[in-house]
Amino acid sequence: MNASLFYSTFAAYLAATVCYLFVIHILFTLNRYLESGHTPITNLHESLSFFSMAVVGVFIFIERRFKMLVLGSFVTPVALLLMAVSALFPAAIVPLNPALKSKWLVLHTVVAFLGYACFAVAFGAAIIYLMQERFLKRKKLGGLFQKLPSLNTLDDINYRCLTFGFPLLTVAIISGAIWAETAWGTYWSWDPKETWSLITWFVYAALLHGRLTTGWRGKKAAILSIIGFFVMLFTFLGVNLLMTGLHTYK
Amino acid sequence: MNIVVVGLSHKTAAVEIREKIAFSPTQMEKPLDMLVALDGITEGVIVSTCNRVEVYVTTRDIAGGIARVKRFLADYHDFPLDTLDHHLYSLHGEDAIRHVFRVASSLDSMVVGEPQILGQIKTSYGYAAEYRSSGIILNRFLHKAFSVAKRVRTETKIASSAVSVAFAAVELARKIFSDLGDKTVMLIGAGEMCELAAKHFLNNGVRGLMVTNRTFERAEKLAEEFDGKAVRFDELFEQLHKADIILSSTGAPHTIIGARDLDEVMRRRRQKPMFFIDIAIPRDIDPAVNDVENVYLYTVDDLQEVVSANLQQRNEEAKKAEEIVNQEIGQFFKWLSSLEVTPTIVALRSKFDEVRRAELEKTLANWKDIPPDGQKKLEALTNAIMNKLLHPPTALLKKAGQGGRTDLYVDALRTIFELEIGGVPNEELGELEE
Repeated sequence: MNASLFYSTFAAYLAATVCYLFVIHILFTLNRYLESGHTPITNLHESLSFFSMAVVGVFIFIERRFKMLVLGSFVTPVALLLMAVSALFPAAIVPLNPALKSKWLVLHTVVAFLGYACFAVAFGAAIIYLMQERFLKRKKLGGLFQKLPSLNTLDDINYRCLTFGFPLLTVAIISGAIWAETAWGTYWSWDPKETWSLITWFVYAALLHGRLTTGWRGKKAAILSIIGFFVMLFTFLGVNLLMTGLHTYK
Repeated sequence: MNIVVVGLSHKTAAVEIREKIAFSPTQMEKPLDMLVALDGITEGVIVSTCNRVEVYVTTRDIAGGIARVKRFLADYHDFPLDTLDHHLYSLHGEDAIRHVFRVASSLDSMVVGEPQILGQIKTSYGYAAEYRSSGIILNRFLHKAFSVAKRVRTETKIASSAVSVAFAAVELARKIFSDLGDKTVMLIGAGEMCELAAKHFLNNGVRGLMVTNRTFERAEKLAEEFDGKAVRFDELFEQLHKADIILSSTGAPHTIIGARDLDEVMRRRRQKPMFFIDIAIPRDIDPAVNDVENVYLYTVDDLQEVVSANLQQRNEEAKKAEEIVNQEIGQFFKWLSSLEVTPTIVALRSKFDEVRRAELEKTLANWKDIPPDGQKKLEALTNAIMNKLLHPPTALLKKAGQGGRTDLYVDALRTIFELEIGGVPNEELGELEE
């Protein structure tokens, strides 16, 4: 078989595999939900797994919208890594921590992770943007340059992900505050998770503001969304693993 | 039956000759009728483009067929045959098949990989089909050529890259802006290459065009020609922010746009990307412009480099395409030779005989009290039935072998009775594509 045909067929198979695995992932998550009786986002094992699923979900959505299979080469490794890390944590179903027994659990966690997933895809698009930008500036227009999408498309994906991710993050923070009030009696207690969520929120708010007012686009927006992604990762993982606070559910 | 190609192309004849031998697309009925009326020619297709005139025919007599087609080309166009003969090539057998597959796949084109030729052959074949000058062999042959061309197009990158500076500029712009539909091009100065590139951008759907020149009248003239807007040269920096793609080729001895000039322009554009193409020598645009964020500067040399890389890639891809052509020739040739009468009769007989024997054996195996001469009589009976049934088609094929319809019958018989000739069943030779 000819090489380019081979690769495009191969890519189509890979894409189909990603979709199958996504469906299986959903089924497993549902199964865990039914078995445990709570939304399976209550410890690191569950959260990472859900995060990975959400990343793939957002990627499939974007791919359908923009026809950008190549984004998968940057997003699926992230999903795989998340799954691998997830597997390092105990998978046993344990009785739900009494503090988490609330109808807010679903809203707060699901929304937060969907937001994270949007930022993860924006991160993927930003990385490709920086590569393409470099190729164009240095006039290195090889095969990889030809295969990757245009600057405009990448910038657009970055922006769309931001416009979805930012409101989700906002809702997650507000719902968290309301839940905190009902559970702990105070809206905000400067718990490390809360502080870092706020920092993440500010980074993305700055990016969104810059985009809408002074035209921060392209390289600047790409770099900021990469920074935002790492801050977000720290909010999610760093806070749980390195600091102790009200949100530490290992 | 043999496929024969007679023709001339940009490789063998200058344009002065080609235009004299070309056929007018509006009057194809007459030459096609004349072609198939020639002695010993059973089917015919004429392909006539500005770069080639070729005649494809089927005939039993290769040498005679070639001579008659050459004579036909000379007579039809009232051109001396001895002069024409120097420019004509004639091919038959595998060479003819390879040639047509290569032509359809754009491997024989002046610019290898150019996409028009396939459409031109399809149109030419359309006339032949309309005026019924092509039959089962050429129909299948050309459909095969189209599918080979399609394979070449999808499996190699032969036509995927830009091979002219103007086209390379458009491709690059697409890599920056993706959609050119809401983009504006600005022409600074004039010049052949600049205007050519502007034309390419307009053909690729840019929204608007602005033209500026030190002589405003020239700008106006050019703007009118391209249906664009003329801008006074001293207003360049007031208008520059409206342009997404800038083509510059002034005769200025020093640069006219510097990196600092773009601070204000980019602010006004809210940092939307700009693509500068500097065609002038000496340069119009300071190289430092390329370092401004969201601004991309390419010179003609840069674009030329892209083009030569693409040309080199095309040559690489052409090698892959030749391989595809070679694979397909073998397959088609097998089908063509299977259309011969004798192997078909043999295959038909052995197919019938196989059935007869199998059924006979089944009957004999279950017949315990068969009379002593029973087996012999059954053999004779079944043989007689088979021979009676086979007589009309065999006779027809043998008779048709002298006329022109053989291929039709042979092909039908092969399909109906699922005959394998030379170990190849009919359907594996590929279905006709519509």
